[in-house]
This record gives sequence, structure tokens and C-alpha cells, in this order.
Amino acid sequence: MSKLKIYVPRDAAALAVDAEKVAEAVLAEAKIREIEVELIRNGSRGMLWLEPMVEVEKDGVRHAFGPVTPHDVEALFDTDWDDHTLALGPTEEIDWMKRQTRLTFARVGVIDPLSLDAYEAHGGLKGLRRALGMTGTEMIDEMKESGLRGRGGAGFPTGIKWDTVRLAPASQKYIVANADEGDSGTFADRMLMEGDPFSLIEGMAIAGICVGATKGYIYLRSEYPEAIHTMNEAIRIARARGVLGASVLGSGFTYDMEVRVGAGAYVCGEETSLLNSLEGKRGVVRAKPPLPAIEGFLGKPTVVNNIISLGTVPVIFEKGAAHYRDFGLGRSRGTIPIQIAGNVKFGGLFETAFGTSLGALVDEIGGGTATGRPVKAVQVGGPLGAYFPRSKFDTPFGYEEFDGQGGLIGHAGVVVFDDTADMLGMARFAMEFCAVESCGKCTPCRIGAVRGVETVDRIARGDASAIPLLTDLCDTMKDGSLCALGGFTPYPVMSALTHFPDDFHANAKEAAE
Amino acid sequence: MPTPPAPVDLETRLGAILSDHAQLEGPLLPILHAVQAEWGYVPPEALPIIAEGLNISRAEVHGVVSFYHDFREEPAGRHMVKICRAEACQARGGHGVEAAAKARLGVDWHGTTADGGVTLEPVYCLGLCATGPAAMIDGRVVARVDEKRLETLLSEVGA
Ligand SMILES: Cc1cc2nc3c(=O)[nH]c(=O)nc-3n(C[C@H](O)[C@H](O)[C@H](O)COP(=O)(O)O)c2cc1C
Ligand code: SF4
Ligand code: FES
Ligand code: FES
Repeated sequence: MSKLKIYVPRDAAALAVDAEKVAEAVLAEAKIREIEVELIRNGSRGMLWLEPMVEVEKDGVRHAFGPVTPHDVEALFDTDWDDHTLALGPTEEIDWMKRQTRLTFARVGVIDPLSLDAYEAHGGLKGLRRALGMTGTEMIDEMKESGLRGRGGAGFPTGIKWDTVRLAPASQKYIVANADEGDSGTFADRMLMEGDPFSLIEGMAIAGICVGATKGYIYLRSEYPEAIHTMNEAIRIARARGVLGASVLGSGFTYDMEVRVGAGAYVCGEETSLLNSLEGKRGVVRAKPPLPAIEGFLGKPTVVNNIISLGTVPVIFEKGAAHYRDFGLGRSRGTIPIQIAGNVKFGGLFETAFGTSLGALVDEIGGGTATGRPVKAVQVGGPLGAYFPRSKFDTPFGYEEFDGQGGLIGHAGVVVFDDTADMLGMARFAMEFCAVESCGKCTPCRIGAVRGVETVDRIARGDASAIPLLTDLCDTMKDGSLCALGGFTPYPVMSALTHFPDDFHANAKEAAE
Repeated sequence: MPTPPAPVDLETRLGAILSDHAQLEGPLLPILHAVQAEWGYVPPEALPIIAEGLNISRAEVHGVVSFYHDFREEPAGRHMVKICRAEACQARGGHGVEAAAKARLGVDWHGTTADGGVTLEPVYCLGLCATGPAAMIDGRVVARVDEKRLETLLSEVGA
């Protein structure tokens, strides 16, 4: 009889809730029962409320069980992995999975992330092979036609950025993948690196060959030890198998890459600060121009792209630009891996075409709050993103659409808060975070954020006259900051103040009484 | 608390670390990570040696060490407990966990317990935002940390 295939994720979100012990229990139990098991450590399917989510293959179909504790394993074997209370049915039939369009995340959770053979069996390297038969201009045209815009937050067209680097004359050029992913509520980069690292490698190799860069770096935050480990392993395997190195897949093009670990500074996600950090300097933001595309790492032309931007490149080349572009809404083309987080019942990674409304994401897909209380606010786009009240829930997920509502999609993190959230406290936290993480270059950011905390504290003590001061301070920060850390911190602060004024006036009223 | 490295050890080990990283473009951060992995912090005696090895000033090396939250200029406790303070964890009850950790350890952020056992640091997102509150203990991530789970985790590191 063939071995029983059992999948236990190795994604950090699964490991953080004891997936390792579940894997051990599976092996131990199989041994006792003398059942031959092939244990595969996959990435996560992204249904994080179900982690650790174990899958068992039956007649070629994967069935899901979760959340599984080590203590459940014995009973699961007793029922022959069938009629158990944790049974969720065939994984692909779960509504949450069926509603998605998985392009960038097609393989994540499906394959063993470190099996290059599994990667190829699921469409991997097809994009790179196709790209190798194209000229640089044809590759740029493909990227432009796909409509892909930077998923790191700014939404700049990736094809145009690449073309600038491609046309810059230089002896050495670089590809830098931004895996600093510091935004609260985001984990798509982490899940891709842990669940399908070869897609990032392939995307970076295509970028390198397109623009003429022979060397790449992944700037990976130190808070992601599993991703660091998996990426390093994947690079080693890719090199051994000729995907990386002196002649990529025998093409004669040279491209190689390595991981560099960050050191706990949020601002180093900003591309110029990142480049300084990569060079071994303080992560201070550089003034632009020069653009990194002209003078980047060590002064050389450099593509800096987010992990999801680069990880989406292979599927664009595999399926063609038109296939990707045909999904989406307005100027937001393709799909976006939305990360639903915070106080939400069904939290996780949901990849879908642009255009789903915020309300559908929170109420239908996310299932409302985990606490069962009413949703009060949703922060979209990380610590520099605005807080949305329910009245804005019809906003469709798209760059221009969120901008039009005084917000931003950023790296597509959606953080849900229930009605116990104190929005004055959240405004204070936004200022405090800016003060802690400021690179120190501009006064409105460095000093303004500290004043911001003090001003919110005055409001909390009942001093309503401090409210206009807070507004003025936000205007100063917005206008006088070099980068979005100082410049966008006013988004969460002002949206909290505008949409939830009661949280700011309650104490003021009490004090007056 | 760990004792500062003996000068001979420091020079030998540091020499090896510097030569291991000699081929890298922009080697300072990888070197500092290696130093911290070796001694648990960046000993002040290491700065002039690193500076000389990379042909930059001591002030420059110090500027880099002090810029990044990860690099410590003093030894930490034997165990490092980092608790996520960011928004998504706050939305899931992070404040309660933060307060419980501080009370249990008797320290504020960045503090080390009197017996040198545990250092408590804040962290801003571990990418576990759908299963928070999240924490990292000696480099291992943990999620769905409520006050009860925190109690168990802290006991495991002897606090
Ligand atoms: C304070 C700050 C933090 C940022 N953090 C990140 C980050 O963690 N990851 C990221 O890809 N981009 C981040 N960005 C955006 C980058 O500067 C840059 O726009 C992006 O990496 C470009 O890649 P993309 O075009 O593929 O999005 C940040 C920007 C700012 C101002
Ligand atoms: S806004 Fe803040 S983080 Fe950005 S460059 Fe200015 S001081 Fe640095
Ligand atoms: S960024 Fe996710 S919590 Fe700090
Ligand atoms: S906010 Fe705590 S892990 Fe992201």
C-alpha cells in the first residue's frame, strides 16, 4: 500500500501555535500503528484561524483538519482521518479557499516549499524559461502590459521602474527585494518566503536578466527567523540546481543572490533607508532624486521592489500579461493578497482581484470580530494607514479608491477592532510609533511625533483646547517630512479624530462638568 | 549576567568574524549580527577593532550600533522575551499580555529581571497578526498568547 500523505505546515504562524509538536505526534502515532506516513511540511494555506491545519490526502484529494492540537492526533488516526469534529472536508472546497483567485499564492500551502521538483510540477520556472527567450524590451512590455504596481505601498508601476534601471548605463546593477514588512497586520511577504521561496528567486532572476543586474539581495527583517532560514535554504538549492549562478538555466546569463538580515528598524522598509542599511550605514532616509533606479545600492542602478511585486513576476510570465491584467478594477490590475488580521473571526491571507469592498472583506470573509462584538474601526495599510469607520465599508479595494477616501491600501493589511477599541489610544500609539521609529532626519517627524504623544495625553486629560493643536501638528508633519513615516502618521491620527470624535471629547466633557 | 569577553578571546573571535565577512558588499550589519550572536551584545571593546578592519571610524561603527533596535550595547538577560506591541496584537488583547509580563517580571520595557534571567523588549509586529497576541522567546515565535499561556512560557524560561 502507498504511504499516507500528511501535510503539517511549517509556516511561522503554524509553528507559533505548536505545529512542530503536531508533526511529532503524527509521526509517533503512525509508528505505533505501523502506518507508513509521508510527512510533508508545507507552507500555510492562509486560513490562520485553523492553524495548525493538517491535511491528509485521500484518493488524490487533500482533506483538511483544524485547528489540530498534539492531543487530537490519536483520535484523528482512530477515525482514519475521516469523521472527526475537526474535519473540514476537501481543502479546495472550503468556501474561504473557493472565493479566492490565487495567482501569486497559487503554490503556497500546496507544495513543500523546499522541493524544486514540486515547484516545477506546479508551473514553477516556466516564466523564467519564457523570459529567457525574450529581449529586454519585450520583457519590459510584458511587465507594463500586466499593469503590476508595487505592492510595498506606493503602487508605482513595476515595468516603468525596471525600464529606468535597464536603460541606466552602469558596470554593475542590483535587484533588491524589500522584505522588511514592518506594517502591523501584514504577513504576505513572510508567507510567500516561507511557503514558496522559489517564486521570489524566480521573480528576482527575471528582473535581473531583464535589467542587466547580476546580483540580488533580499533585505529580510530579523523578526522573521523562519523566513530567513527557508530563503537561505532555497537559494542554496537553486544554486546547486543551476537556477542561480554563472549561467541561469544554462542561458549564459549570470544572476546570483543572498539574504541580508535587518536589525529591527521599521524605517528601513523605506527604500533609500534600506539601501543605506544594506551598505552598512545608519538607516537614514536619503533625499530623492537621485532615484534608487539611477543611484541605488553602492551608487549603482538598483531595482527595489516588494516581495509580492517580485513574487508575482513568475506568474505574469507563465500565464501572460493579459491573463494577469484582466483581473482587477480601474488602475489596480491583477490580484492582491489581502491580509485580514486583528480582532477578526476568520483571519488570514485572502488573494483576490482588486475591487472587493472593505465591508465584504471584514464582515463576510473575515466573519466579523473574534470577540463577537460589533466592528468599530478597521485600519488599512499598516501603522501609516487610516482608520475606517463602518460608514466607509463600501470602499472597493483599489489604490485610487482608498486614496479617494482619505486612506491608502499600503501593503494590503486590514486590521479589525471591536467596539472596545479606544481610538484616542490608537492615535497616541501612532504618534509613539513614529517617535520610536523616526530616522531622525526631519524635525517635524522626530520632534513632532514626541509632541504628538504629549498633545494626545493633554486631550486624554480633558484639555479640549489641545485638539486644534493636534490638527496643526499633523499638518506640519504632513508638509514637512521627507518620507511617509512622518508624512503619513497623520493618517491614523486624523482619521481616528475625524471618525471617532467621541473618544476624544469624552474626557473633555467630563472635565468641564 | 554574562561576563565581558576576555581580551584575547575577543580579538581572536572578532578576527575570524571579520575575515569571514571580508568578501561581502556592505559587511557591517552582518558583522554586528555575528558579534551579537557570539556575545549576546556588541561589546564596546569590539568597536575599534571592527572600525579598523573596515577602515571606517569608531564613531561610525557606534552610530550604526546605536541606530538599530536589535543591537545591544550592554549584555541582556539569559533569556530574551519580546512581546508585540503593534496594532493588530493590541486589537486582540495585547495590552493585557504586556501588562501581565511587566507585572510578572517586575520590569518595564527594555528591563532585565534582578536575577539576570529575562530581558523584556517590545517588538513591532512579528507577522502573526491574525493569531495574536504574538511574542518571541529566545528567537522562537509564539502566538495566541493569553495571560495563561504567557505564564507557562515565562515559567519555561525560569521566570
Ligand atoms: C516608513 C516606510 C516603510 C516602508 N516599509 C516597506 C516595507 O516594509 N516593504 C516594502 O516593500 N516597502 C516598504 N516601503 C515602501 C518602499 O519605500 C518602496 O516604495 C517599495 O519597497 C518599492 O517596491 P514596490 O514598488 O514593489 O512596492 C516603506 C516606505 C516607508 C516610507
Ligand atoms: S519623515 Fe521621519 S523617518 Fe522619514 S526621513 Fe524624515 S525623520 Fe526620517
Ligand atoms: S507591524 Fe505587525 S505589528 Fe508591528
Ligand atoms: S501586530 Fe503583532 S504580530 Fe503583527
